[in-house]
Amino acid sequence: MEFRFFYHFGAYLLMLKGMFSKPENPKMYWKQFMQQCVDIGVGSLGIVFIISLFMGGVTTLQTAYQLVSPIIPKATIAQITRDTIILEFAPTLTSIVLAGVVGSKIASELGNMRISEQIDALEIMGINTRGYLVMPKILAALLTIPCLVIIAGFLGIWGGKFAGVAAGIISNDEFIQGLRQELKIYNIFFALSKSYTFAFIISSVSAYYGYNVQGGALEIGKASTTAVVVSCVLILFSDYALSAILL
Amino acid sequence: MIELQDIKKGFGDKQVLKGVSATMEAGKVSLIIGSSGSGKTVLMKCIVGLMGVDEGKVLYNEQDFTAMNDQDKKTVRQEIGMLFQGSALFDSMTVEQNVMFPLDMFGVGSYKEKKKRVMECLDRVNLKDAARKFPAEISGGMKKRVGIARAIVLNPKYLFCDEPNSGLDPQTSLLIDKLIKELTVEYNITTVINTHDMNTVMESGDHIIYMYQGLKQWEGSNEEIIFSNDERLNDFIFASDFLRDAKEMRQMEMFRDKNWRDRLKKEPPAGEK
Repeated sequence: MEFRFFYHFGAYLLMLKGMFSKPENPKMYWKQFMQQCVDIGVGSLGIVFIISLFMGGVTTLQTAYQLVSPIIPKATIAQITRDTIILEFAPTLTSIVLAGVVGSKIASELGNMRISEQIDALEIMGINTRGYLVMPKILAALLTIPCLVIIAGFLGIWGGKFAGVAAGIISNDEFIQGLRQELKIYNIFFALSKSYTFAFIISSVSAYYGYNVQGGALEIGKASTTAVVVSCVLILFSDYALSAILL
Repeated sequence: MIELQDIKKGFGDKQVLKGVSATMEAGKVSLIIGSSGSGKTVLMKCIVGLMGVDEGKVLYNEQDFTAMNDQDKKTVRQEIGMLFQGSALFDSMTVEQNVMFPLDMFGVGSYKEKKKRVMECLDRVNLKDAARKFPAEISGGMKKRVGIARAIVLNPKYLFCDEPNSGLDPQTSLLIDKLIKELTVEYNITTVINTHDMNTVMESGDHIIYMYQGLKQWEGSNEEIIFSNDERLNDFIFASDFLRDAKEMRQMEMFRDKNWRDRLKKEPPAGEK
């Protein structure tokens, strides 16, 4: 187990190192990067939209359920919802979902290209496949996933407000007042740090498992599943590590 | 010209190539044949550099490909075209975009020039009408032809074909063989084909290398193969009664031709005595 870990870790680092070479045609790399931005960013908007709204709504309702003391002002519900969403739910929950959506897509796309010899065809043409196929995916994830996390944050808070007001737990003004109480900009910096880390994990780990598939269709499925599982575990681990270091 | 010098390649304890040497000449179709597990696919992958060799040299026009750095390898690879067993077309691109891809990547000419070259290549493989179709919308034979068009679009000096006839009907197979042979002669390409197809062996084999258990067992032309006494080769090529009968008929036919008789300097086949 230990040796397999080191084998995979070494191969993963070599893949990352292999990405850096002079592009054969920067225009084609740019085109590939833009395509990946659309696939990863725009393609994931729908699911991010849905989970963020519900995540915010549930957070508000459950926070209100637990804060029963009459001496705690209702604005505190909004404050807790805001901080929970910014610190944890928007970056971590969104990234876990994206590990499933984006990670499996990256792994299966590259795995399919490997099995159907498309990667070999590119190699034969004299193209650095790690640079052309993997790097644009990682860069696109680094650009779009933090944006998705920011969107998730806004939508989550808005969803929380909507659910709170609709259930008659908190008024609109009280919620806005709560949002403005003791806002720490550092929390936003922390959320963005997490989202960059998670974006790198999702894209690079999934690309590694997809790029190195050997076998047939069954192995593509296995690689896709492994990519999602490993990405999720690494996200949770780095979530803990970043919280311990930065907070 | 491609020259192989004592190529050895193993995986763990298993030695797949045990020292293969051969020369593949420009303007000729060289075939690598052999039963499954004989090492022909590994040999082809070693020649094109998809796998490194453990020992030996691969020389492209007397330049040692195995000793080159990545940048020099890239330069040589731009002179290589390859047709893959499964065609390896990019699913998300149309036929035209697939063929244009190498030109786009290496920035060869303006869009008009590129388009003209693509159409020339598609015309050469009789697929001009399928330019706007996606790989999923065309047949296996058409995919192979698109693969050939993509392989020749950069005017390669070397063309490699991995099982070009697998999964194709006999008529389409002959069409693909004919096309590869014509292109080889027309553009003076060094063509290397890895095949199991006996039609290809008999129709296109200017130079045949028969691999057996990681070694070159026999080497010659499709004309010489008819009179070969190598038992392993005969068992492999003329595996059925039908093929053995066909071989004898061809032997007799060739023996009646005086030029052949002189070239081969062979005893007449049994039926001619």
